[in-house]
Order: sequence, then C-alpha cells, then structure tokens
Amino acid sequence: MNERFAAAARLLPDYLSQHVLLSAAALALGFLISVPLVVMASRSARVRWPVLGFASVVQTVPSLALLALFYPLLLALSSASRHVFGHGFSALGFLPSLLALTLYSMLPILRNGVTGLANLDPAVIEAARGVGMTERQRLLRIELPLAAPVLMAGLRTAAVWVIGGATLSTPVGQTSLGNYIFSGLQIEDWVSVLFGCIAAVALALMADQLLGLIEAGVAKRKPRKIWLGVGLLVAGVAAAGVGSVAAGSRSTYVIGAKNFAEQYILAALMADRIKKEGYSSTSRVDLGSVIAFRALASNGIDAYIDYSGTVWSTVMNRHDAPPRLQMLEEMRVQLRREHGVLLLGALGFENAYALAMRRDRAEALGIRTIADLAQHAPALRIGGDFEFFARSEWRALRDRYGLRFRQQRQFQPTFLYRAATSDEVDVISAASSDGRIKAYDLVVLEDPQQVIPPYDAIVLVSPARAADPVLHRALEPLVGAIPIDLMREANYMVDRDTDRMPPGKVAQWLESAIHLHP
Amino acid sequence: MISFQNVSKSFDEGRDFAVRDVSFSVAPKAFVALVGDSGSGKTTLLKMINRLIEPDRGLVCVAGESVQSVPGYSLRRRIGYVFQGIGLFPHMSVAENVGITPLLLGWPKPQIAARAAELIDLVELPRSYLARMPSELSGGQQQRVGVARALAARPSIMLMDEPFGALDPVTRDTLGSEYRRLHESMGLTTVMVTHDVMEAVLLGDRIIVVRQGEIVADGAPHQLLTEHPDAGVRALMDMPRRQAERVRILMQERTRRE
Repeated sequence: MNERFAAAARLLPDYLSQHVLLSAAALALGFLISVPLVVMASRSARVRWPVLGFASVVQTVPSLALLALFYPLLLALSSASRHVFGHGFSALGFLPSLLALTLYSMLPILRNGVTGLANLDPAVIEAARGVGMTERQRLLRIELPLAAPVLMAGLRTAAVWVIGGATLSTPVGQTSLGNYIFSGLQIEDWVSVLFGCIAAVALALMADQLLGLIEAGVAKRKPRKIWLGVGLLVAGVAAAGVGSVAAGSRSTYVIGAKNFAEQYILAALMADRIKKEGYSSTSRVDLGSVIAFRALASNGIDAYIDYSGTVWSTVMNRHDAPPRLQMLEEMRVQLRREHGVLLLGALGFENAYALAMRRDRAEALGIRTIADLAQHAPALRIGGDFEFFARSEWRALRDRYGLRFRQQRQFQPTFLYRAATSDEVDVISAASSDGRIKAYDLVVLEDPQQVIPPYDAIVLVSPARAADPVLHRALEPLVGAIPIDLMREANYMVDRDTDRMPPGKVAQWLESAIHLHP
Repeated sequence: MISFQNVSKSFDEGRDFAVRDVSFSVAPKAFVALVGDSGSGKTTLLKMINRLIEPDRGLVCVAGESVQSVPGYSLRRRIGYVFQGIGLFPHMSVAENVGITPLLLGWPKPQIAARAAELIDLVELPRSYLARMPSELSGGQQQRVGVARALAARPSIMLMDEPFGALDPVTRDTLGSEYRRLHESMGLTTVMVTHDVMEAVLLGDRIIVVRQGEIVADGAPHQLLTEHPDAGVRALMDMPRRQAERVRILMQERTRRE
C-alpha cells in the first residue's frame, strides 16, 4: 500500500504539471475564442443561435469520443501538411487534447456570456447611448464590466469540466492525471486510481476557488481580490510550466506502451535499459493498439513493444498466416520500406490471442481444441475484450471452425478473467502470456488448423531513432531474452489479486531474472 | 434651435406611423412640454432629436444643422438626456457617472472632478455623495445625479423623457421646480415628454399635444387652457383646471369652517 502510494506520488510532478498546462491552455483558448463570439452573439440573433446550438451539440458528444475524433482529423491534417509544406506535426498527445477540451470549455462561457449581456438593465444601455458612447465604448465600459461576474461564473464551470475532462486525454497519448486512472484500472491498482481521482478533484476545487475569488472581486469591484486570484492562478500555471520543462529537458527518449500489464512492465524495462546507458526517458502509456504504431511511425514515440500478428493484420492488412520466421522477415522488410520503422527483433515469447476455458468445464465437456469447442458452442457463452470481436483473427476462427455461440459479451480485460472463473461466460479470449491463465487454472484451447497467426512480441523503433546507437545498445540485449514462462510470471506479479507489485518493480525483477548484466 | 420638417417614422414598415409628417421648431431657451397618451409618438419625437431613433423621412435640425451631419454619439455628447429609467451605471461612483460625458470628450481629469463637484452642488446633494455608488441613493437622489450627468458637458439642449415619472409626488414636484430654475439660470433649451398635463402646465412655457403621431395643439399653457377647437385637447387641458378648481373650493370650505 505504502509502496504503491509512494510510486504514485513520484509520478505526481510530471502528471500534475502536464494536466495543469493542458487545462490552462484549453481554458485560455476557449475563453479567447468565446468572448468575441459572445459579443457577436449578443449583437445579432443570426450569430446567437448557431453558436449556442453548436456549443450545445459539442457538449453532448462524450468527451472521450471527442478526444478520439480529433486524432484521425489531425492525422489527416498532418499528412496534408506534410504533402504541402514538407513536414507534418504530431497528431498525438497535446494537440488533439487541447482542441477537444477547448471546444468542451466553450459552452458554459458562451451561454453565461450571452445570458449576462442579454440580461443587462435596458435603462443602463439606454443611458450609455444617451451620454454619447460609441458601440465599442458601451461594450468595454458598460456591458462587459457588468456582465463580467456572470461570464466569470461560466469560466468557473468550464474550468471544472476541463480539468475533469483532461483525465481522458491519456488514451490519445497526452500525459495527465488520467494516467493514474487508466493504468490503475488496467492492473487493478486501486491506490493509483484513487490517487488520480483525488488529485484531479483537488486540482478542480483549487481552480474553482481561485476563479471564484476573481469572480467575487469582479462582482464586488474589489481589484485586490481580482489580482490575488489572477496572481495565484498565473503562479500555479507557471510552476507547472517550470515543472514540465524540467521534466522535458531530462528525458531524451519516449517509450510507448499499450494499456495492459505486460506493456507497462516491458516499457519500464526498456526505460531501465536506456537509463543504464546514461540517458533518460519518459513514457506514453495507455495508447490504443493502432494509435501506438501510428505514433511510432510519426516519431511521436521512439520505441514500443508490439506483437507480430497484430502488426500483420492491422498495419499490413494481411490475413494469411505464413510460418513464424517468414512472417517476421516479411514484416521487417515491409515496415522499413513503407513506414521507416525498424523491427529490432523478437523478445522470445508470444502473446497470442487464444480461447481459454475453465479446466473443469473443458474436461467435463471433453473440449481440448477449438474444433471440439465448435460442437458445443451453440450452448456456450463467449466473452472478449473490446477489440477481440472486431479483429480479423476472430472472424477467421469463427469462419474456419464454424463457431456459433449462444451469447457474446465484451469485458474490460481486467474483468474478463473474472468472468470466466465466476461462470458469467464459458469461453474467453485470452492472451497466451497472461499469468492469470495458470493462476486461475484455465486451459488454452489448441488451434489445430493454425488459424491464429503467430504473435511474437517484437521491439519496434521509430524512423528517427532507427540508427540511434544508444537505443540499439539498450534494447538489442532484450532480443530473444524473455521466455514465455518468465513473462507469464512477471505479468502475474502485477495482475494477481493479492500482494500486487508496481510494473516498475516487476521490470527490475525481470531484468535481473534474464541476466542482462553480470 | 431645434426644427422638424415633415418628419415621419414607422416601426412596422409603413403600416402604422408613430410620427406622421410632423413639422415644428423650438426657439432657443424655450421649455417645451410634449404631452399625449402613451403610444401617441411623443417619445419617438424626442428621441429623434438626439438620434436615439432615426426618422424615415423628413429633416431634423439642431442649431441649424441636420442631425445626420454628425455621428450619433458625437451629437449626443452635446445634448443632455434624462429619462424615467434614470440608468445610472451601477459599477461607477456618483462622480464617475456625472463625469462620463466629459471623460468621453477627453476633458483633463482635474477639470472633470471640479465639474462633478460643481454639479453635485447644483442639484443640491452633499459633496460626500460623489464617492457613493448609485445603489446607495434613493430614487430622487439618483435622478438628481441623472440630471447632473446630463448637464455635465455643458449642453445647451436638454431632452427629458418623463424624467420624474417614477418618483413620489412630493419629490417629483420638488425636482420639477428645481429643474425649472436650472433651465432659467443656465439658459437651456428644454424639451420634456410627460403624460402629466399638470406638470406640463406648471413647468413648460409651451405645450405641444401629440395624438397618433400628429401634433393636434401647440401653444402657451394659458392659451390651451382657455379654449381650443379640438374636443380631445379641451378634455385633456380641462383636467388641470378642474383639479385646480376643486382644490380652490376645498380651501374655501376650510376657511369658512374656521
């Protein structure tokens, strides 16, 4: 408990400063865009309804979806810019998060601003015209100062929304307090989840209080309160800026990871190896499967571990299943040629999609292979992770073996194994390197027709780092060094129900277990 | 000083006219009361003088020049405007409210402060009120500040739209007669809209009766009080006379009983 708390606390400066910078940038941008729109909307009904309507629609889009939608959009823009200007930009991380959160922040500011201006005393407006103010003078001297408290209240609401919403920027590769929550959820580290929640809530409350101070200062016309609030906010953002610059200057390499225990462990292992070479690194964790490769190909991250079968089907769009070595060789050539990505080598174990059942149930039904399973399938229920049923492997399995299940359900990976043991489903999609297969006494069904392609864990390096000697020195010793049993054992240390260890610790254990150094 | 030549205004593209083909002029230093029922067009007439409302047709001139020849805001800085809503700026002190038009005209700060002090004396409020916020004043005090604000940039014309209509009768009477004195002493030209004929009779030296966008009577109060061919005007002007008559009888009865 204490150890996990300490591990979480160590990450706080980086996560918090990134979170603060992202939220502050989104709010500032949202405010700067919204205020002119508010003024235009208050002057003309033709602007008012489209603007408020658009902001309301944006608000109804789930924030995670909004973030996810900006990724392909920016990717397209980036490749367009690469064609036109000769260089693109990273479609991952800060930019999509900033844009989505900016949009998200606009509704409360717009709505309050328009309401604030619309509800001003008409006598005051008439007086402003009567004493000889121009439109602009009326706006700056009378309307905006009088509507400011309502506008500030809108900014406060926006701040709370944005700080909460920023936790969702983790899956598009932006470090935030959401890293605690997403990683914690994957490996059932509730200390980490709680730590992230509390930190985000505390940050939101603090921002809300400071903006409240400014709001009160504006409403009661106490300049001292306004400047105190502004000063503290600016100081907070500046501190975050310093913190993140400090973190940024220390790290030379960026290691990516998808969203499960094995990926966290291997990312930590790679980071350790780089550190031993005397260089620092940061990690981008919880990347979506396809996002990770795109990020690598566009140099958003420098290296990560993927699986040959995944790359084969999702990146190369191949649906045949050649023998292992032939597949790796073709992949090495094609990735280098088409994406500039270096396939450094295979780690030595496979993490393949497999179908698994509880041992007692499988034995009772006499099921050993997927072919056996097909005969019983109409009476059975299958559970998969969010990706599984959309993948070509599942379609291939289903069609080749003629699998028809009674029911098909989706689970978060963490809950998938539970679902099998608690008899919510009969068959699950499992990962062959998962420690829980052994721990929960599941059996992996054989695939006699070899429908599922090999899933060797492979080290991929970005085009920009393909010839980087440090990365080669650090990562080459890992090639062929991790047998399946060792990886399962390591995974289980993170995934087991009691006495769980943080991935970083397990990486150290794994490193000493594979005798990388004398 | 002010003249209207064949001025018309419609708010619904010509179906109804708020003001229909009106011509009249106001001499310098006159105190003109515009009276009529609500919706008669008297406020529209008033607001066309400082271009808070633009005429559809016709020509409005101030000091011999068309009001269209200068931007509206610049015209309004030269013309005082006081209205029933008062409209003090709630986020500014009394001094800032009074000094707003001189500020917009770019007067130096010390001169604005001196002018605010001068005006607060003129409308008979204590100088300590300069630092107060409008919300700390009573309705009558607020309108005194309203009058001071309108006078701040030394306009020669004052437009007043039911200026004391929302105040209690005693305050209304006091402010009315005080303003009349300011009008005299400062040599102002005043156009005041009111639906209170008594007020018009007591303050104005010329009354213009407006009905359905047209002028139906125009003359000195005593002329309109004695006789007029129009029945409506007679009924309107009868009211102050009847009231005065009743008060006179009441007073006589009291004297007799004593």
